[in-house]
Amino acid sequence: MTNMNLEIITPDKKVFGGEVTAVTLPGTEGQFQVLNNHAPLVSTLGRGEVVVDSGTTKQTYTIDGGVVEVLKNKVLVLAEAIL
Amino acid sequence: MASLKEVRNRIVSVNSTQQITKAMKMVSAAKLRRAQDSIMQMRPYAQKLGEMLATVSAGTETAFESPLKKARPVEKVLMIVVTSDRGLAGAFNSNVLKATLNRIEARYAEQARRGQVEILAIGKKGAEALARRGYKVDTRYTDLFTRLSFVAVKEAAEQIMAAYSEGQYDAVELVFNEFKNVATQIVRTEPYLPISSDTTPGPAGSASSVNYLFEPSEEEIITELIPKTLKVQLYRAVLESNASEHGARMTAMDKATDNAQELIKELKLVYNRTRQAAITKEILEIVGGAEALSA
Repeated sequence: MTNMNLEIITPDKKVFGGEVTAVTLPGTEGQFQVLNNHAPLVSTLGRGEVVVDSGTTKQTYTIDGGVVEVLKNKVLVLAEAIL
Repeated sequence: MASLKEVRNRIVSVNSTQQITKAMKMVSAAKLRRAQDSIMQMRPYAQKLGEMLATVSAGTETAFESPLKKARPVEKVLMIVVTSDRGLAGAFNSNVLKATLNRIEARYAEQARRGQVEILAIGKKGAEALARRGYKVDTRYTDLFTRLSFVAVKEAAEQIMAAYSEGQYDAVELVFNEFKNVATQIVRTEPYLPISSDTTPGPAGSASSVNYLFEPSEEEIITELIPKTLKVQLYRAVLESNASEHGARMTAMDKATDNAQELIKELKLVYNRTRQAAITKEILEIVGGAEALSA
């Protein structure tokens, strides 16, 4: 399975960086999931859970708002804070 | 001439002072490294946020509107002054205070006379000094450095933005020490609000070639992103000031240690001279006494 690259950054530190197969994000308009080869996207995020699925393991981060950019299999989450 | 005992006491006291300044220097060096680290950690976030803002605003044709952008005739002014909680850092705090007072004098003298200039002090030293000069000082975020994190700074920035949107202030400026290197700090005065319109639309072109999906809409994303960049701007100022403080204290304490060393050297010289003088005097007395006997 091909993977995409995910980074979760807050102003305090880099929370996550690595290869994942899917990531679920708490968009302001509702939760959505980004899979491999997703179209370029910029979206604002609300308070909620980011579920990082790296194929075998699932990790959950609770973020307090932010933005996400998806471009060429690179997913960049700028979170204001990790709760 | 000072007695031997006095000189010895002074040497002991200068010595212990030197130990303290040396320890403070070492503590500051360790804290400086940590402060520099957090600047490094913050940079990618700030950079990506700027890029994202450029990407999104490159996609929009119309200039966005935001209550944070609207310039009004300046009636009430808020100065955000970032100083440190502790002294003994050379001219660190007084430089910021001087710059603040100069700025008020140069730009807002009229408002200051009417008592319309308020201070939001981050750091105890600035709060104390400016309150003494009769300014109205908001001390809600004075102790920000004791719990330094983005979350704390974010809260302060949100309060400021809300106050600006409600028309509580018509201009907000930021005064802080920028960290250049360990020995040099540059006092910077930056306009904080309203946002100047020429900085926000990023370089159009390269980024717009990609067709992004925007959710919800470009305008809404921009209005979300603007406050975020302002939070980051304030956070950066606080971090820079924090690193500068430790840098300034480190150099100040390094100089103090050197000075103490010099002082000890001089005192030792005085001590040895006094001791030798006393010995010579004693010998002279003995010789004189012996001569008086034999004569």
